[in-house]
Amino acid sequence: MMSIALEIPYWGQSLLRVLGGVGAVLLPAGTIVYLFLFKMMSFMQSRLGPMEAGPYGSMQLLAEVGKWLQKEDIIPENADAKIYKLAPVIVLVSTFLLVVVVPFGPDALFTDFSAGVFYALAIGSVSVIGILVAGWSSANKYSLLGGLRAAGQLIAYELPMVLAVVGVVIQAGSMNLQQIVVAQNSGSIFGWDGVGFPFVLTQFVGFLIFMIAVQAELTQVPFDMPIAESELVSGYMTEYSGFRFLIFFIGEFATAGVFAFIASVLFLGGWGIPFSWFGWESLEAVDGWMNIVGPVIMLTKMLVLTGIIMWVRFSYPRFREDQLQRFAWKVLIPLSLANIAVTAILKVAI
Amino acid sequence: MSSMLGADVNVAQNVGFYIVAAIMVFGALRVVSGRNVVHAALWLVVVLGGVAAQYVLAAAEFVAISQVMVYIGAVMVLFLFGIMLTRATIGEESDLNNKNWSIGIPVSLLLAGTLVWVIVDQYRGEVLSSPDEPMSTTAISDVFLREGLVPFLALSFVLLAAAVGAIVLARKD
Repeated sequence: MMSIALEIPYWGQSLLRVLGGVGAVLLPAGTIVYLFLFKMMSFMQSRLGPMEAGPYGSMQLLAEVGKWLQKEDIIPENADAKIYKLAPVIVLVSTFLLVVVVPFGPDALFTDFSAGVFYALAIGSVSVIGILVAGWSSANKYSLLGGLRAAGQLIAYELPMVLAVVGVVIQAGSMNLQQIVVAQNSGSIFGWDGVGFPFVLTQFVGFLIFMIAVQAELTQVPFDMPIAESELVSGYMTEYSGFRFLIFFIGEFATAGVFAFIASVLFLGGWGIPFSWFGWESLEAVDGWMNIVGPVIMLTKMLVLTGIIMWVRFSYPRFREDQLQRFAWKVLIPLSLANIAVTAILKVAI
Repeated sequence: MSSMLGADVNVAQNVGFYIVAAIMVFGALRVVSGRNVVHAALWLVVVLGGVAAQYVLAAAEFVAISQVMVYIGAVMVLFLFGIMLTRATIGEESDLNNKNWSIGIPVSLLLAGTLVWVIVDQYRGEVLSSPDEPMSTTAISDVFLREGLVPFLALSFVLLAAAVGAIVLARKD
């Protein structure tokens, strides 16, 4: 491996990590909002979307952020002000904590947790607390209902998500995301190693369950019961305005990006290209330029996956609450358990 | 001072321990002294998060993540969910204290005393060295799927009994 010549002190490394983390959260969020929410949705509805700010409305995002930032910071009179202010921060911080385990290249990673997948799933469940207290502290019945619906939904869909990942972990033989990337790119399909061995081929059921669960975790349509605007105004976000709403908004799309990163690491081969192309034997043999190319590959895969998430969001009507719960408990969870059993049997048999 | 420290004791780790421990004690006191149920639950989140941080400092990565997943991600979410479904008034409540609250003090002192005594008795004078690297998940699974298999299976029956009991209690027909 090409080693970096200059020695960076620890504080410098930490600074770079923080900057990289902020970039890895905010860049996908902005791209998703502009590309899909502004443009793709508009084209699907036969309109142009924002066109005035910048070429093809590409500066619209900055205009929106500016608009939100200069709005009055309103806190309802009966609200629990401290918790009300804290809630959006919990949601956004959990997103930042989530991106920490995603590897973007052979050396381009924040941490190398040996139980990386498990960490991601555990931290992913922390944002529920933020959503719940946001609904409660607003002192608004719609908010409280939205918060409760969100919690019920997120708990129900966390299980299939965790169980879907177990199949990948069994197949890769590791919970470390870096090892999962390596396992996919150094594998071969019946001796042919032209495309490595992305787990989406054998874990297609798991991939499907994971993506559906992600859709529900992000409360995107058709799983947008918690913020159903025709029933609950805007659910747990009803009372939020100005920059506090902006934090929720960024959190929503940043989490979409980070979950897409995790899905592409688990199922689509992550940052890697098949190691056989350049004759790399192991992770240590991977050339240094993959630290530049890896993030670009990850970004591409992330855009494809979030594109699908948004495509579904713009195409389908909403599930009813009972349909939503039944789908999780009676379809997805049994299916993912069956997937684990079959994967485990095949892993031992082959 | 240096004679008290073993050669391989990580000072930063110990300083971190006391900082996190102080936050945990403060949070625990706020849990029992607060006048709002939701605030108390959120302070409990701080305490449980502190436990996870202590596990990280002890290089028990997998246990720390399990702590976050089970206690913060599941137990506390259900806790808050339950509180908000039943009673969740904003502002201070006056009737939170049970009239038997003072009995809790000797019980908790007894519990803390027993735990401290057991730990001191077991490790008297022994200085634990800092582990070189975190305990790997495979090492943990090797332990509880070999020597610890029977207790592990027994524990899962306890959980099953709890789940069945919950269903029996919830269904009145």
